[in-house]
Amino acid sequence: MKRKITLTEVEHVASLANLPLTPSEIKKFTEQLSEVIEYNMTLLQKVKTEKVEPTAHVTGATNVLRPDEAEPGLTTSEALQNTKEKYNEFFKVKAIFDQD
Amino acid sequence: MELAKLTLKQAYQGLKSRKFSSRQLTEAVFARVRTCEPKIDAYLLLTEKVASEQAEKADELLGVRQTLSPLTGVPAAIKDIIVTKGIRTTAASRILEDFIPPYSATVFEKLEKAGVVMVGKTNLDEFACGASTENSAYKVTKNPWDLSRVPGGSSGGSAAAVAADMAIYALGSDTGGSIRQPASFCGVVGLKPTYGRVSRYGLIAMASSLDQIGPITKTVEDAAVVLNQIAGYDPHDSTSVNKEVPDYTSFLKTEIKGLKIGVPKEFFGEGVAAEVAEAVKKAIKKLEDLGAKLIEISLPRTKEAIAVYYLIMPSEVSANLARYDGIRFGGSRDKFGSEIKRRIMLGTYALSSGYYDAYYLKAAKVRTLLYQEFQEAFKKVDVIVGPTSPVLPFKIGERTEDPLQMYLADILTVPVNLAGLPGMSIPCGLANNLPVGLQITADHWQEGKIFNVAYAYEQNFPFTEKPKL
Repeated sequence: MKRKITLTEVEHVASLANLPLTPSEIKKFTEQLSEVIEYNMTLLQKVKTEKVEPTAHVTGATNVLRPDEAEPGLTTSEALQNTKEKYNEFFKVKAIFDQD
Repeated sequence: MELAKLTLKQAYQGLKSRKFSSRQLTEAVFARVRTCEPKIDAYLLLTEKVASEQAEKADELLGVRQTLSPLTGVPAAIKDIIVTKGIRTTAASRILEDFIPPYSATVFEKLEKAGVVMVGKTNLDEFACGASTENSAYKVTKNPWDLSRVPGGSSGGSAAAVAADMAIYALGSDTGGSIRQPASFCGVVGLKPTYGRVSRYGLIAMASSLDQIGPITKTVEDAAVVLNQIAGYDPHDSTSVNKEVPDYTSFLKTEIKGLKIGVPKEFFGEGVAAEVAEAVKKAIKKLEDLGAKLIEISLPRTKEAIAVYYLIMPSEVSANLARYDGIRFGGSRDKFGSEIKRRIMLGTYALSSGYYDAYYLKAAKVRTLLYQEFQEAFKKVDVIVGPTSPVLPFKIGERTEDPLQMYLADILTVPVNLAGLPGMSIPCGLANNLPVGLQITADHWQEGKIFNVAYAYEQNFPFTEKPKL
């Protein structure tokens, strides 16, 4: 794939990935992403894959379920022990709605 | 007798026959750590207090001639990506610099039940992303054979600790070669089991369809002994497979007459250093001398394996590392190191709307072809052999500025992960005074065949060299 990845695309991907990047990182990754993707796609485009099913994982296991029975899990204090910010017995998160 | 230099089997026999106590063995290992660790930097955390309590418990049992398993009272190192309840686990990342896991990984619980003595948590590339351990946010581990060189990665701390006798054995994890390649670079034995053989519960996820935990040991037999303890189905990991665990030590036979060994010509192609190819070819000739039948095979899709891997792996990394949102645990996302950011960016791009079909899906289809190619090959041969790493241990800093060069270090190990196969690296000689690893791969669940070939090689042609420290 000869297409170069643009700076704007990299900025968009960084926002999708919720990654705060510096301008110099954006520039560096624009070059490196282009290089790695181009290397990969030059190889893969030569391979015929019509009628080939994709493999996501190899064991073939699907829909592994367990009986719907409650089991002991972490206590509240264990679950909260690594958070930086909590409110009473809850994780504290940023508001997602505006006040007004 | 230098206790720290013992193999797992020798240590266990000595403990059982009460030649020495677990406390003495543990103290000997920590004495060795005090001498060598300043040079090697294999550990992120030493857990001497935990170890002495565990050793005391082991000695109580051994005192009444009891053991919990062939691991009882023997000091081990654990890669710091395996969570240990109440003991800091960082994945070598700043984002988890103060993370205290509220639970333990299944493998660690199994080791605890088996009577482990934990020396400490070992260094790795951040979130296991790397082939040199240079991507650790904390320190650079040195290769015990040459302190100016990398120990390989990402389980570089575990491999260096075992090679330098700073642990009797260790656990690592392998997503694209992260057990086998550092084992090769450090002159020790490393096994990546079949995908689904060992529970991944509590292994901080890097690429979920590829990750697998396995042993790094001084001998092939030791690897079988450790695998016996950690293998098996775990209801907490729905990708672990409910399949009987054989006694892997029963496959340790010195005979391989008539065994069919496949040698793929692609494993000696472009990019494989001449001195590595030469050492491995010599080792393969020795397998023939033992009566194995060599069969030249071709695995043309392995050419594209690295391209498949560097689309699928970062895609899974970007999804798995989305959980680090700074809310429930860990710091903010600017604390990721640069390789992690690079892989998150690559993966997010490959999965993003408009590119998913062209990149991720295309790679997943070529993965199917690669998998089928291995399945065809294993109709003709029992095991496949070749080099573990295309190059000898490289210099610290040599490849850090060139991600593509670093990625090519995985070229011979990633096909095995993509196909979910078991693979082992055993030391097969020295080139320029640096260890060379022979990689042995078998079909799914056929670890037994690997143990047979590896043991036969090791017993007939023992690798007795040790790094000078």
